[in-house]
Amino acid sequence: MRKIRTIVAKEWREVFKHRFVLFTVVFMPLMLTAIPLVILFTMQGSGDLAGLAQTDMPPRFARLCEGLSSEACAQYFLVSQFMLLFMLLPLAIPVTIASYSIVGEKTTRTLEPLLATPIRTWELLVGKSAAAALPAIGATWLAFGVFVAGASIGAPGILVRLLDALWLVAIFVVGPLLAVAAVCVAVMVSSRVNEPRAAEQITMLMVIPLLGLFFGQISGLILVDRTLVLWMALGVGLLDVVLMALAIQLFQRETILTRWK
Amino acid sequence: MIETKGLSRRFGEVVAVESLDLSVGEGEIFGFLGPNGAGKTTTIRMLGGLIRPSGGWARVAGHELGREDEAIRREVGILTESPGLYDRLSAERNLAFFAELYEVEDVDSQVERYLRMLGLWERRSEPAATLSKGMRQKLAIARALLHQPKVLFLDEPTSGLDPEMARLVRSFIAELKQEGRTIFLCTHNLDEADRLCDRIAVFNNRMLALDTPAGLRKRLYGRRVVFHLRTMQPAFIQAIERHPGVQGVEAVDNKLVISLEDPERENPALIRALVAAGADIQFVGELRRTLEDVYLRLLRPQQADA
Repeated sequence: MRKIRTIVAKEWREVFKHRFVLFTVVFMPLMLTAIPLVILFTMQGSGDLAGLAQTDMPPRFARLCEGLSSEACAQYFLVSQFMLLFMLLPLAIPVTIASYSIVGEKTTRTLEPLLATPIRTWELLVGKSAAAALPAIGATWLAFGVFVAGASIGAPGILVRLLDALWLVAIFVVGPLLAVAAVCVAVMVSSRVNEPRAAEQITMLMVIPLLGLFFGQISGLILVDRTLVLWMALGVGLLDVVLMALAIQLFQRETILTRWK
Repeated sequence: MIETKGLSRRFGEVVAVESLDLSVGEGEIFGFLGPNGAGKTTTIRMLGGLIRPSGGWARVAGHELGREDEAIRREVGILTESPGLYDRLSAERNLAFFAELYEVEDVDSQVERYLRMLGLWERRSEPAATLSKGMRQKLAIARALLHQPKVLFLDEPTSGLDPEMARLVRSFIAELKQEGRTIFLCTHNLDEADRLCDRIAVFNNRMLALDTPAGLRKRLYGRRVVFHLRTMQPAFIQAIERHPGVQGVEAVDNKLVISLEDPERENPALIRALVAAGADIQFVGELRRTLEDVYLRLLRPQQADA
């Protein structure tokens, strides 16, 4: 554990000196928390919301509004879109950190002296993964906490829904699983690429399925309900097992020294 | 400290290291010379427990390669060809990081000790990227020494350094030998190898020769003494040729080049013989082939003799 902590501490000291990483870790959560709160606060008490609830909302969404007033249902519909965007954080942040962390070691040739130490490769992989995933998970949970606190003031009518299993599973289960997936893919891509921005851009393609869900929900084609979120948790969990096995295969001392170009 | 038998490494069809047999004793500075692509770095990586051999056997610092690699990595320090420092971390933090990974007992005092030893203490808080090339190399050497390894693998330790810094590093290496460390030195600087190493191996994917520097010269070129004479007469050559112990005589202008088994033993008698024959001897010296001559001859025999 000492070595894993040492790796994590070193990674954070180094990686957060990159402005782009800092920007991603700080600005994205800020933006994704502020925007829905602004929407909630500006729409509070607006007479248009009742009309919005009846004519502009996808019919499937009405199921999730059981027990809510028209105004509250409209608010809930709008902020629900941000749930999927909250789940972007545990994808995007680890991708940025892991890309700079791993590709950075390749380009500065610091991997070999590091591998020459007694550290086991699984310790190194866990350390780098934790260094990438923990800030993402922490930022996601913190952003969600701030959002819930703000919503309790701006839209108390939907607070209970925000603390529903749907949101809690999405934020506290699917989020971390997505972070693990992002790190594993970043490891695999970084083994082949020699520029951190390139690794980041390639790995960022992982957000496409999430964006697909986002636009699907907005257009009414998909409803992100408890069932879907549970399936997501299961699916991403299984994907993580496969990706971790692949990442571990690639992250072997011999492979790193002889095949990482 | 280091022992190998038939050590080999292949990368697909390419044989990087073929059947390497060597033995390096405690406190020895062992030179490992070869051209680019000869397999020197691959050999260091195998002996340092970083990659597995394809065949053969090796024991490093008492641990068997392939079975006790982690233990080997605890006992050896490696200076890689590129310093490989974390540019955004300070010199102090770079060393502290590695000290933690090597599980050094008192990290702070050990880091301070080596920073002071290598003259880097005043620059300890500065990012590694701001250090000069020589300082970065010294920092990398400090990193290799932090955990008091028994064996040091140094890959081109003076590469790219100015003469003064290179001399400092060589002196430091000599001091490490005095401490009883075993040093496995890869270098293209043949003069450096000649001065520092107890024994030298010339390697080009397989072992070409292994001996002390003097032994290599003697084996390939024998020993030759040059007598500079004021004038040359046939009688002088006859006087030398008659002498037992002389393996060959060659006259070049006013110089006699004589191949001898043991110059220290034969020179006095040869001088007396030449003086008796009437020669005026201006100067006597041993004709030393450089290590470069030996190295090139081993790698390319025809070109080296030209």
